[in-house]
Amino acid sequence: MNTKVGYGIALALLLVAPFMIYPVFLMKLLCFALFACAFNLILGYGGLLSFGHAAFFGGAAYITGHVIKVWGLPTELGLLVGAGSAAALGYLIGMLAIRRQGIYFAMITLALAQMVYFIFISADFTGGENGLQGVPRGYALGIFDLQDNLTMYYFVLAVFVIGFLIIARAVYSPFGQILGAIRDNEDRATSLGYDVDRYKHLAFVLSAALAGLAGSTKTVVFQLASLTDVHWHTSGEVVLMTLLGGLGTIAGPAVGAGVIVTLQNYLASGPLGAWVPVVLGTIFVVCVLAFRRGIIGELHAMLKKSF
Amino acid sequence: MNDTAKYILETESLTKEFKGFTAVDDVNLKVKRHDIHALIGPNGAGKTTVFNLLTKFLVPTRGTIKVNGTDITASKPAEISRMGVIRSFQISAVFPHMTARENVRVALQRKLGTSFHFWKPLSSLNVLNERADELLHMVGLERFTDSVVGDMPYGRKRALEIATTLALEPELMLLDEPTQGMGREDVERITQLIRKVSKDRTILMVEHNLGVVSTLCDRITVLQRGAILTEGNYDEVSSDPRVKEAYMGKAA
Ligand SMILES: Nc1ncnc2c1ncn2[C@@H]1O[C@H](COP(=O)(O)OP(=O)(O)OP(=O)(O)O)[C@@H](O)[C@H]1O
Ligand SMILES: [Mg+2]
Repeated sequence: MNTKVGYGIALALLLVAPFMIYPVFLMKLLCFALFACAFNLILGYGGLLSFGHAAFFGGAAYITGHVIKVWGLPTELGLLVGAGSAAALGYLIGMLAIRRQGIYFAMITLALAQMVYFIFISADFTGGENGLQGVPRGYALGIFDLQDNLTMYYFVLAVFVIGFLIIARAVYSPFGQILGAIRDNEDRATSLGYDVDRYKHLAFVLSAALAGLAGSTKTVVFQLASLTDVHWHTSGEVVLMTLLGGLGTIAGPAVGAGVIVTLQNYLASGPLGAWVPVVLGTIFVVCVLAFRRGIIGELHAMLKKSF
Repeated sequence: MNDTAKYILETESLTKEFKGFTAVDDVNLKVKRHDIHALIGPNGAGKTTVFNLLTKFLVPTRGTIKVNGTDITASKPAEISRMGVIRSFQISAVFPHMTARENVRVALQRKLGTSFHFWKPLSSLNVLNERADELLHMVGLERFTDSVVGDMPYGRKRALEIATTLALEPELMLLDEPTQGMGREDVERITQLIRKVSKDRTILMVEHNLGVVSTLCDRITVLQRGAILTEGNYDEVSSDPRVKEAYMGKAA
């Protein structure tokens, strides 16, 4: 019940936020929040550290940009095509990576994501160093002009809420139950007759699809897909957001993303601009050493203790 | 009666080598249907390795394994489980972050066929609660239904493991030291429980507690340095001087 109230308040805040805070910043925040929540599905709930999620985020960003700008698809369809391609890419990368454990999984996802990066850097349609620019935002449902930032914001909020609900449902579903069992005790899950790799693979594909949806939405907001989106830095950032917010908590990664994006924004415009990576690195270290459970995880623990 | 009808499990020349070290050496094991069959032997004799081979957690170096006459040597662990051969582990194998009921439900869920359904609510699993609670009751865990398993006492975890295994209605249960690390009361409870659930199924168990073996088991196979030393019922095996020697060393 408490969590329901919490989500209600959060949603209310998100609904009024654009009247107080610059909507484009909020939209960026929501895109990365969705990205981190999607990532958490495989790291927090699947127990697999993917170091290549930029391939899904950035890959979908480019594909959505292309199909909207060049093929002229409507915005919603463009997002679906982006998420769908990320799912397909996730299926392929998952096929190669899912059998590996621990650090080998991280390494192979990183290597494959780097391949994707090089493909995008050399492909013609991506615009190379300049990125894919001038993607029209289009109209939501064919009528609402997304060129208006406020309209765009509510569109992004809707995408975020849908994505978030899909993730929450997947976690609290029959499938999520088996995924949790596998994370708890993989051998036992096997001995009960579950082909654990197939469950991890599905989690990976879902995670990739929703990471893709986040990337696609980002393209529409900024009307741009760029190499930053597919760069391994982005893969690293999402790990940081998830850990900071709280691994394996539904809302944690969104909070972590909020903190990181906010920091990046304020630091970058201030005198500390050049120090952003150092500050983020320090946060990462402190987080790993002192707040293992992340912001939301520590809050949970504190609430549990005080009742 | 032919062999397939008589024996649920047969191995032929089952062998496992680890980098030149032979942990399981040419084992021909036959387990009769509806028996409680014990696999005993000193530490490091290769008992757990045999279990790992039978359930394909390890790939045999040589030899074949047949379940109900079907060669399963090339099958995958999860497939073997789906054939009705379910194992437990030497260290208690539960899902510590879930409640006792959820643990049992994980096993029951497979037959429901919705295990890949990520769009269905968790409440769709509630149809399994009744059966889960029945199984928990059977192993005396009704008080623990909603307890998170990680905090439960060790003996209770092992009981839960048996309930979870039973949820799959296994034809053949492989239990690796089900009473290890337990106090006397727990040992007694688990012994009773194994006897109770052995009706209509076959059990192959590794057990160090010879008291448990003598009260429960129809047939005993003694393993030493990976090879079968002898086989028989409790009286035959316990009076065999080679068995005493294997357990106590040359001096005895
Ligand atoms: N994966 C492995 N790699 C190398 N050696 C192994 C491996 N697994 C087991 N062994 C060795 O094989 C031998 C048999 O081990 P196993 O665990 O099967 O014995 P056990 O009979 O179950 O003993 P215990 O009564 O202590 O459980 C031991 O010497 C062990 O060190
Ligand atoms: Mg053992």
